This record gives sequence, structure tokens and C-alpha cells, in this order.
Amino acid sequence: MVSAVFHSPLSAAAESPFLVATPASEAAVKKEAPLATPTSTHSAARAPESTAPVSPGYDWSGLLLRLLPPVLGMALLIGAWALVSAVTKGSIPSPRETLQQAITIFSDPFYRKGPNDQGVGWNVLMSLERVALGFGLAAAVGIPLGFLIGRFEFLSRMCQPIISLLRPVSPLAWLPIGLLVFKGANPAAIWTIFICSIWPMVINTAVGVQRVPQDYLNVARVLNLSEWKIVTRILFPSVLPYMLTGVRLAVGTAWLVIVAAEMLTGGVGIGFWVWDEWNNLNVKNIIIAIVVIGTVGLLLEYALIRIATAFTFEEVKA
Amino acid sequence: MMQPKYIEIQHVAQTFKTKKGFFQALRDINLTVAKGEFVTLIGHSGCGKSTLLNLIAGLTMPTDGTLICANREIAGPGPERAVVFQNHSLLPWLSCFENVYLGVERVFGTRNPGTPVDSKAQLKARTEAALALVGLSAAAHKRPGEISGGMKQRVGIARALAMEPKVLLMDEPFGALDALTRAKLQDELLEIVSRTQSTVVMVTHDVDEAVLLSDKIVMMTNGPAATIGETLPVNLPRPRSRVELADSAQYLFYRKAVIDFLYTRQAHVEKAA
Repeated sequence: MVSAVFHSPLSAAAESPFLVATPASEAAVKKEAPLATPTSTHSAARAPESTAPVSPGYDWSGLLLRLLPPVLGMALLIGAWALVSAVTKGSIPSPRETLQQAITIFSDPFYRKGPNDQGVGWNVLMSLERVALGFGLAAAVGIPLGFLIGRFEFLSRMCQPIISLLRPVSPLAWLPIGLLVFKGANPAAIWTIFICSIWPMVINTAVGVQRVPQDYLNVARVLNLSEWKIVTRILFPSVLPYMLTGVRLAVGTAWLVIVAAEMLTGGVGIGFWVWDEWNNLNVKNIIIAIVVIGTVGLLLEYALIRIATAFTFEEVKA
Repeated sequence: MMQPKYIEIQHVAQTFKTKKGFFQALRDINLTVAKGEFVTLIGHSGCGKSTLLNLIAGLTMPTDGTLICANREIAGPGPERAVVFQNHSLLPWLSCFENVYLGVERVFGTRNPGTPVDSKAQLKARTEAALALVGLSAAAHKRPGEISGGMKQRVGIARALAMEPKVLLMDEPFGALDALTRAKLQDELLEIVSRTQSTVVMVTHDVDEAVLLSDKIVMMTNGPAATIGETLPVNLPRPRSRVELADSAQYLFYRKAVIDFLYTRQAHVEKAA
């Protein structure tokens, strides 16, 4: 159970200095992020070229070293893409063509021409709505459940085998059950989001409750605090960082799953859009969709990290 | 001293159930603490000093024997026996003021039989007074993460004192601090205790600390099944000054007595495990 806190489904994303999963390290990341990108060898090698006669006061070389690696990375990606496009003789569209297509698409993101032809803005919003609904329901169920599991050993042992059995199941395997029970594509997609995003929240909340330091509980006992004060002043604040990590993992998973679910259920949504454009053999739009999905996922993650950092307090050191 | 038996510990034993079976931590502890007395428990690590303190605090229950405080059996923890924890245990999401206020509010802001309820302003005044007592008025609105270790420990002491406890229990309160900070806090504690006339039971492993602060030093034998080896009354005049005591023959005598007990008679035997 414990290890689940540190396992992100976005393990690839964890390599970026902004996207580290544990609540304890988030505060540290916030401070270290600007320093993390340039390695010491870089700065040693580049110092003579770039620092020479820079105006004192602003650290331009530092900024350059911070911006250069990500820009280089993106340039490399786009270069590789252009190369693939050239080798496949245009069956994968080139970056330039895709950019032109993107400009036309984003110039009118909110048009509606029938149920199967709507702007990219509508598609993203519909997907986000499903994620919000499924995720919201999962939070409403999962967080209280996590509290109970963390508080009562008996319940924890009771739920342990169920969680262990159901958690590794691919969310899409739940889709037919959802279709059967709810008799509709939209509720089935929401159901799928619900079932895949509930586990990280249950597990992280439970671990958070189990890890409330005994010292704090002793303080509560010596001060003879009321049950209400114990929950609001001790349990909730110390569980919050764990809970928010669970929420973040859940949102990440939900956003991963919605695309796949929508491919199967149809309707309006970014996942459906990808599949529709595949049927139209419009590869440019597929690539644009991938970038849009990535960007929205990144923004969700970033927003939740900001929230988590605001509520993570320095651990008590002896 | 008005009440020679303010805290009374009679034939107390403590056995823990562990995975390897039963472990007897304490056996046959008999100790009395008078009102206003400063008692330190000293011994090698693992001798059950903290276990004994937790028993007095009511955080754990003895497997045998009775503990009495102010003529009532100790049945659980309570604010009349305030604890200063070894690692200060301040809540990191509350400011220093709020940490102290939490206890004050519980003791003076809720209806207890026999005591009138304080107004919000009175509660705030009590909290501020406690922080002023430990010299931390300026840091009242900082979070524990923003202040030094010594300051955190002071807030812990303020939190305990603000509840006007009958007994102040301290579990190696200065153990994690550097020597200079520790000395400063010891002096402050001496001064505060002489002003408040508190009854104090303090766990320590520092011989000088024990002699400087105590009216009585309780020396414990090595665990497992530790008990009280010897009790040493310290009859040094108060107020005490560490500088003057440094070459006082009496002080050196007490110091020697404790060292002799700890390192000659209870020389620590490392266990084979």
C-alpha cells in the first residue's frame, strides 16, 4: 500500500523537475526547480562564452542556461518529426503543414456543424466535463473511504484484497459493465473515469491517515482536544498532502483514460475526435489532438501541484 | 514543602507485548514527588526513563502498581499534567501563537466544573503571556518551520506552561539542541520554574543538567526490567548560577555522585544482539 504513493501512472512525466510525486518533496522541488536544469558540467563549460560582458544585476547567463535545454529538446523533437515526415514522403504530415492546419483549427474552436463535426474547443470541454464528473464522484466516495480505511485496521484488512484485485485492472475493461448497467455511452465513460480514478485517492488518503505522526496524536491526548479539533487541527492537515497527491494521480489517470474511453463510446470529446480524424485519414488533426491532450494534461498536473505545494508544510525535524 | 506526596508512584511495573514475547521495561518503581519539587530522571538509554514519564503523563497505563497525582489516580493524559515532548511536537500548519492557543482554549475556554470560562480576549492574553514568558512574543505569528530548534522547544514549553498545569513533564526537552542553546534554555527554565513554582519531572541524560536543575535526581538502573537505583537529593541553594556552581565543591560532589552511579556501578553493557 505504501509504495503506491510514489508510483505515478505518469512515470515518464516524473523525469521533469516539475513533476515529482511525493508530498514531502514538493516543497523542495519548488525551491530547487530553477536550479535543477543546468548541470554543473554545463555551466562550467559554457561560462567563458556567455558570461563575459553582461550587465550586472540580472543573471542573463542563468536564464539562458535554464531556457536552452528545454528549447533544444523541443527542437530535437520537431527535427525528428520533420525527418520522419520526409522519409515517409508525407504520409506523416510535416511540422509546417500541421502548424498551418492548427492555425485554421484554433481560429474557430467553438463551431457546431452537427453532432459529429464540432470545434476542438467543444471536444476538449466535453472531455473535461466527463473527467470532472467521474473524478468528482470518485473523490466524493474515495476520500471518505480512504479516511475510514486508514482509521480502522479491520476495515483496512477487509478492503485490502478487493483493492489489490481491482486496482491493476485496465479501466477500459470496466467500460462494457458501464454500458450494460447505465445503458448509455456518456454515463459509461464517466463510470470508467470513476473506477480508475478512485484507487489513488483511496490508497493515498488511507496511507496519509495511517502516517499521522504519533507525536501529534499524543499532543491531542495531553491537551485533551475534542474529537472535532482532532479532525480539523491534526488529522485533516496532516493527511492533506497525501490526499492531494492521490487527487493529482487520479486526475492524471482520468485524463489518460478519457481519450481511450471516448474512442470506444463516440459522441463529442477529444478522444472521439482523434478516432474520427483517423477515419477521415486526417493525420494533421490527429497530431494536433495529441498536442492538445498533452497540453491539457500538463496544465491539470501543474495546477494540482501548485495546490499541493501550498498545503504542504515542512516536516517536523527533531 | 506543603504536600510531600504530590505525585506518588507505588510498585509500578510496565511490560510491553512485542513480537518476540513480553518485554519488561520497568519493575517495582516507588517514587514520591513533592509539590514544587524539580525531579530529574537520569539513566542510560533504554533504561525506561521515558516509559516512566509516559506513565506519569497517562499516555500509557502500567501493567502493575498505581500512580497518584494530587490525590487522584492517573487514569489518562490530561492538561493538568502538561508534557514538553523531546521533539517539541508543534503542529507545523499552525503558527506558534495558534499552537499555544490550542491548549489554552481547551483548558480555559471550555466549560469545566468549578472554573469560569475565559473570554476570547482573556484566552489571547494568556497565550501572549506564555509566549512572552519564553521570550517569543516577536515570533508569535511564525510557523514552526520558520524558527530555530531552540525557539521551537521554547514554544513547546510555552504551550505546556500556558495551561497552568499542576505538573510539568519534560522528556529530554533540550536533547536535540546544541550545547550553548541548551545552557541558555536551562537558565531560562530555572528562572521560569522559580517564578511559577511548578512541580517538574524531567527526563535527561545530561549529568550537568540534572545537577543544575534538580531538587532530587532519580538514577535508574540499566534495562531491561529497570528500576530506581538511587535517589540523590540536591541541596544546592537557589537561585543557582552555572558560573558560580562551576567550581563549587558541593556541585562537584553531586556531579561525581551521579557520574559514579552511571559509569561505575551501572556501566552500560552492550547487549549481544
